[in-house]
Amino acid sequence: MPPALPAGRDLRLDFFRGVALWLIYLDHVPANVTSWLSTRSYGFSDATEIFLFISGYSAAFVYGREMRDRGVVVAGARILKRAWQIYVAHIFLFMVYMAEIAYVAATFDNPLYSEEMGIFNFLKQPDVTLVQAMLLKFKPANMDILPVYIVVLIGFAPTLWVLLRTPTLALAGSVALYALTWRFDWSLPAYPTGTWELNPFAWQLMFVFGAWCALGGAERIAPIARSRPVVALAALYLALAFTIALSWHAPRLASYVPRWFSEWMYPINREDLDVLRFAHFLALAVVTLRFIPRDWAGLASPLARPVILCGQNSLEVFCFGIFLSFAGHFAMVEISDRIWMQVCVAVGGIAAMAGLATMITWYKESERTKPGPHPLLRSADGAGGDA
Amino acid sequence: MRALRALIAALTAATLAGPALAADEGACYVAKGLVQADFALPRVAAAVDAKQLKIVVLGSGSSTLPGADGPAKAYPARLQESLERRFPGVAVRVVTQAKPRQTAADMVKALRQTLGEEKPDLVIWQTGTVDAMLGVDPDEFQTALGEGLDVLRDSKADALFVNMQYSPRTDSITALTAYLDAMRFVALQRGIPLFDRLGVMKEWSELGVFDLAAATKKIDIAERVHDCIGRLLASMVAEGKTLAQTSDTGAGTMDSQKKESH
Repeated sequence: MPPALPAGRDLRLDFFRGVALWLIYLDHVPANVTSWLSTRSYGFSDATEIFLFISGYSAAFVYGREMRDRGVVVAGARILKRAWQIYVAHIFLFMVYMAEIAYVAATFDNPLYSEEMGIFNFLKQPDVTLVQAMLLKFKPANMDILPVYIVVLIGFAPTLWVLLRTPTLALAGSVALYALTWRFDWSLPAYPTGTWELNPFAWQLMFVFGAWCALGGAERIAPIARSRPVVALAALYLALAFTIALSWHAPRLASYVPRWFSEWMYPINREDLDVLRFAHFLALAVVTLRFIPRDWAGLASPLARPVILCGQNSLEVFCFGIFLSFAGHFAMVEISDRIWMQVCVAVGGIAAMAGLATMITWYKESERTKPGPHPLLRSADGAGGDA
Repeated sequence: MRALRALIAALTAATLAGPALAADEGACYVAKGLVQADFALPRVAAAVDAKQLKIVVLGSGSSTLPGADGPAKAYPARLQESLERRFPGVAVRVVTQAKPRQTAADMVKALRQTLGEEKPDLVIWQTGTVDAMLGVDPDEFQTALGEGLDVLRDSKADALFVNMQYSPRTDSITALTAYLDAMRFVALQRGIPLFDRLGVMKEWSELGVFDLAAATKKIDIAERVHDCIGRLLASMVAEGKTLAQTSDTGAGTMDSQKKESH
């Protein structure tokens, strides 16, 4: 049962999106040794960049074709439908989160944590909390990516329209919005204080850049990205970022980082997608593409299959991963939080994600092969993975 | 076999009795590897020489314990006791300025007045928990840390950061990472030792030294945790003092803000 693909789909995308989903899961299980595997430990960027870039790439791939074949209105409607699906998924995850919190609040008591238990205060005002959550203003821990995805998709139809005509203009617009966001501190307000954990006005750059790459941009920059000096520069940058990341874990190393340099470098802003993070993602991409060609044999190996399947069903697997991270945390608190348990939670969670992805792909397959409605009715969402 | 056991027992006894402080620290020391003063505390060194050390613990709820015994059992009092033992003949005084639900910015507001009244040699600044719970913009949190350190520099007090508690039950509910990173960045940037309370408590939890996930109304575990934190903090302060002395002899009168060279 090979993954279902239209001709021309780059399996590397599914592969790396799958990897990103696994890493996001590992990042989200608190107090977990295996989160050391995450790119976050080796440099500036984390799986969020990979996830949003590939989501942009896939969205342009799927809806770009749709817009060309069936017009702006139909494609625009489909994009909004997708945004709605993600919104519903987000609210579902919020329910899971609330259930966990309500349970912990009711059962946990410890004089050591009288301050930390203050986090449960918002349960006393469900009227406010629930409404704020529906407005995407309430910020539950680890649920920062989907709201960005929703906002970006809402604005994606016009962006895609421009991308299909003058891609450079669309990309320039995205960069301009990013720059203006930094210049004027644009952001979306959150509840009870502060702003969104990931600023969609800044992070849209990742998504639009992915979309731009999907619509011909990748071929255009390929000669530059593959050139020896650029690859060398990227490798150098990754090495530098790795050194800096090491210094976070071994403060004595930090004294070797020149003061002017750290003053220039810090803070590395996650909320607004720091340029250093963006550059780190680019460098990672350049080095990866250099060593993993499109027809890389590893992609066809049975070991890569679960990763690719996860990448092809990214929304379901992402949501399931968030759910599993809550469940895994719960298991660690209730049963044991020793290292063996952490490894069990990590491995078990990833196996469950792969299992779900396999099941969904099987289901889509069986829907596809059964005699049924006109093929057009199941074009974008069913075929070749989701956007 | 018997001989081997006797040898082990003798070695163990020797190790425990050897450095006078080792027995004192007991189980707390499991996490000692995580506690290192990476930067010098020159004011503390001068104060110990002058036989009078005054420390202010600036913090929020997790620097206190509830109950009538609370103040005596919470880590600031344990720190004072441990330092008195480490520095015999030095008058050590630790004052707690901890109010629940205070963000870093709230604490900075009252800081100048506190410093004027108390004139401490060292301010141990415990923060991050409340900011993370309220979801204060991490940038604003970081700015507040910087402002607080500016005030401390003006009043010529050393500073030491203490980050959040590790709380397994609420770990997946409060996103701490951005605030932990902010504290670590500022500490590195400004050459401030950081006591990684979260890392230490996580280690205790993982190794089974303390059961931090227990749901209980009893205060005994909380008191033992605070006792250990007080002791480890004392060892960190002592280390910062030693670093200041070793760098003084080498580097002469360099700016006290200068990072420790190795």
